Amino acid sequence: MLLSIDWILFLEKLILIAIVIFASLGIALYTTFAERKVAAVLQDRPGPNRAGPFGLFQPFADGLKLIMKEEIIPNTSNKVLFILGPFLAMTAALMTSAVIPWSSDVHLFGRVIPLQIADVNIGILYIFAVVSLGVYGIMIGGWASNNKFSLMAALRGASQAISYELAMGLSLIALLMTTGTLQLGEIVKQQMQPGHWWNIVYQPLGFLIFIICAFAECNRTPFDLPEAENELNFGYHQEYSSMKLGFYSFSEYVNMFISSVVMATLYFGGYDVPFLNESLLSPNVAAIVGVIALLIKVVIFIFIFMWVRWTIPRFRYDQLMNLGWKSLVPLALANMLITGALILWLGK
Amino acid sequence: MNVIQILFWFLSALALVSALMVLLSKNPVHSVLWLVGVFFAISGHYILLNAQFIAIVNLIVYAGAIMVLFLFVIMLMNLNKDTEPQKNIWMKLAGAISAGCFLMILVSLIKQAPELQAKTAMMKEGDIGLIGNLGKALFSTYVVPFEISSILFLSAMVGAVVIGKKD
Repeated sequence: MLLSIDWILFLEKLILIAIVIFASLGIALYTTFAERKVAAVLQDRPGPNRAGPFGLFQPFADGLKLIMKEEIIPNTSNKVLFILGPFLAMTAALMTSAVIPWSSDVHLFGRVIPLQIADVNIGILYIFAVVSLGVYGIMIGGWASNNKFSLMAALRGASQAISYELAMGLSLIALLMTTGTLQLGEIVKQQMQPGHWWNIVYQPLGFLIFIICAFAECNRTPFDLPEAENELNFGYHQEYSSMKLGFYSFSEYVNMFISSVVMATLYFGGYDVPFLNESLLSPNVAAIVGVIALLIKVVIFIFIFMWVRWTIPRFRYDQLMNLGWKSLVPLALANMLITGALILWLGK
Repeated sequence: MNVIQILFWFLSALALVSALMVLLSKNPVHSVLWLVGVFFAISGHYILLNAQFIAIVNLIVYAGAIMVLFLFVIMLMNLNKDTEPQKNIWMKLAGAISAGCFLMILVSLIKQAPELQAKTAMMKEGDIGLIGNLGKALFSTYVVPFEISSILFLSAMVGAVVIGKKD
């Protein structure tokens, strides 16, 4: 036997990966539509309503438009890196979904199939590593464009991401002290236990810091400085056209989706339905209910992302850095100390 | 050849090729990216040894933070092919010979070390690399060196702030 692999397991995981990636892309596709609709509602106008019923085919029209556009690679740019940039941004955005528990186990054909691609020992750290690699897409794309505005935007984006990763990590440490594990599946199961509340109850300040940092990591308003049109023309993807531009803007929406899932999983019980004992249902029904519950939470978070975008104006660069280093990091440190002291005091 | 061996050879080849490309590529930005490739390959090796924590920390710290700072410096100073200093052929030859001698000594030392004789790496087994066990070991058996190294980091940080402070 040359290769002794459990082929059924391999197939199972492959199908799961395909489903997760296509679902992420599909949700990101409709997030672009939802963004335009939410903006329209907040600004009291109808929004896109021409393509299909209620404008529902608008994202496909947008996608088709992007693919049909002429592909321009600037003459002076570094060609390999110019193409690598959007590719890296997309890969990093999609890789995060590997450790997320989508729901409880499914029983199919006499097999127990966990709806999680990999329940690794280091779950949260894996997400953290992939997020920190997401910077490369922006930096390489901005540099390879050989455009001063792009380079400025890329450097801004990278330094913003690095600064906010710190506060994010510190707020996560406080959460990990209460859960005692890094495995995301385990964290959700703890929150589902009777008599145990969702982690938001134990870590309200930690969650606040985490969501602010998530906004900054996704380059969303009020932290969308790498794309500040009025000072940087268009941002780090200024020289990009056609689907490469599409990849950049699309990876932002995938990032938004994934960070909503992570927040729901860590602080809002993941696939847990409140006031419902899932163990009373048959496993497959529980799994389906779980996926729906998780998706509802995610939709709420995505809506908050958009709501903030169309409400709050953009920060100035020094304000952004001050908020990150002088407010969030000390707050996160204090949160960590208080959590530690409370755990010690209550002897939990 | 089982899966682990295939992965081992693949990762080793990847690490060596990327490391060579770090040296051979003319453009400093390319060198940095190849170096990121080396870190990925080494993290893969750590995962083969079931040392998940160190694998992921290697990625977070080196690939995610230090290499990004390298990129910052290279991009801000606008280093590229033209600014690369051209050394003459004798310098390159001397460097290659001395580095080759060093490699030979290193390999022969490792091959003869009594601690390593007749030992094989534990693939997929051993759980000291898992985060819980590693944390317990660091904070009980090795707590003194661990804390001392944290003081070292603190002094490095203070030093960086002092140097960077405007007066």
